[in-house]
Amino acid sequence: MTSLAHTRADFPALNQNVGAHPLVYLDNAATSQKPRAVIDAISRYYERDNSNVHRGLHALSMRSTDGYEAARKRAAQFINAADPAEIIFTRGTTESVNLVAQSWGAANLRAGDVILITEMEHHSNLVPWQQIARRTGATLRYVPVAGENAQHGLALDALDKLLTPDVRLFAFTHISNTLGVINPVAELCARAKKIGALTLVDAAQSIGHEPLDVRALDCDFLAFSGHKMCGPTGIGVLYGRRALLDAMPPWQGGGGMIASVEYFNTTYKPSPERYEAGTPDVSGAIGLHAAMDYLDAIGRPLIAGHDNSLAAQARAALAELPGIRILGPEQNSKRGGLVSFAFKEVHAHDVVTFADQDGVALRGGHHCNQPLMRKLGLSSTTRASFYIYNTPEEIDALIKSLHKILKFFGS
Amino acid sequence: MSELNDLYQSVILDHNKRPRNRRKLPAATRVATGDNPTCGDQCTVYVRMDADRIGEITFEGSGCAISQASASLMTTQLKGKTAAAAETTFNEFAEIVKTGNAPEEFSELAAFAGVHAFPARIKCATLAWHAALEALKQPDKTPEPQQ
Repeated sequence: MTSLAHTRADFPALNQNVGAHPLVYLDNAATSQKPRAVIDAISRYYERDNSNVHRGLHALSMRSTDGYEAARKRAAQFINAADPAEIIFTRGTTESVNLVAQSWGAANLRAGDVILITEMEHHSNLVPWQQIARRTGATLRYVPVAGENAQHGLALDALDKLLTPDVRLFAFTHISNTLGVINPVAELCARAKKIGALTLVDAAQSIGHEPLDVRALDCDFLAFSGHKMCGPTGIGVLYGRRALLDAMPPWQGGGGMIASVEYFNTTYKPSPERYEAGTPDVSGAIGLHAAMDYLDAIGRPLIAGHDNSLAAQARAALAELPGIRILGPEQNSKRGGLVSFAFKEVHAHDVVTFADQDGVALRGGHHCNQPLMRKLGLSSTTRASFYIYNTPEEIDALIKSLHKILKFFGS
Repeated sequence: MSELNDLYQSVILDHNKRPRNRRKLPAATRVATGDNPTCGDQCTVYVRMDADRIGEITFEGSGCAISQASASLMTTQLKGKTAAAAETTFNEFAEIVKTGNAPEEFSELAAFAGVHAFPARIKCATLAWHAALEALKQPDKTPEPQQ
């Protein structure tokens, strides 16, 4: 594994103690820490360029607009979209999915239509579809996960039966935030396309870790957040094919998205402005731009290899602990940079509280994945998730802390 | 470790390992379920009233050591109390959990004083209590018919 330990110095928040211990930050699937380059880009924007975009003709407004639109262009390049107009800035993955559900969904779904999702979807790629299904009379259908620990990932042999001609949209995650499994996005998109269904990929857990190419994946929509990829919170992206975006109705009304307004009628701008009503998160977009530059300077293939090796190392060490149940794939090649697990005797919240006393930041809970948890007979798991700046020594610290916890609770 | 030892006192560990009254109560006249949406834990409390007093109180659910021990200890403390007395006990308990200050010679519930150093865990300690108070507000219902 290539060491990326030198990047630790780029992240001011990593340089602190929690209690008496140095911070071991293993909650990256929830949000990543931010490098100095991103923090500085945001500060610089507010100190020098701050102004509203697309409105003014003065110098600062032009600088703000240039910065905001440069971020859009950079995001298009980052995922190899054909056209910057295919990049809509949102608040994050959740808002991106909601945009498609409320705009495309409300305009296109009818009773008898099916929305296909999977049992491993985060609530953000589940609840919006439930809501729009209820509103339109469409029905929701799930691709099941297979194996008592979901170790086989999606039950792909069932897919042909589920992908019937009445499926209008197939929405699925690239990497599960709970299982860590990497889904075969290109294959799933190809199979959906064959029956004429659109595809939406939730890339929240993959975008900061590996190269993504929307044209190679051949997806119709792709959603991601900035904050899991070194960027700020409050900014995210919806990628959509230009032809789809041009045909969809706006989902929110306001300034910035209109071509002309009369008392009783409005005409709208084309994408992306059509979907960005109101003053956008300019500093967020500029921070996201800096984050994309930061990741590419390191190299995304390198980051993917690094994070996945740490997860493999963690999985192997965790498997030695008594009474542990590890979720997700057994083969390392099918796992992204996270591992979630449960102990028979110790609840995830007790694990997280204990680990925190050793400076180890973990996540415990249902990971916004309640239906999957119920299927697996769990109320919660503990998750360790890895990123650029994590080291093998930090996994040792995790395991050491877990040993202490198990000893304390007497298992 | 000292804050942790305060949090996980032996009485809490004991009630977590061997929860008292963790079972469904078929004779229950009042039932309520509490949810902790952040962690997905649930706790159902069953109460059988004996005139105006709690004749029997049990719970079901899974959760962390704090929530399980709290539910278990609660059932031992509330049995025989009126609804009003139960609410008074809860208010005293909530105060201990929030401030860490237990009056001298308080009941075993004082073991939860350590929770105050872990604000994120306060709702674990109070989950069963909220369900119990909810149940105590209900009118009595006929118990489920016995099989």
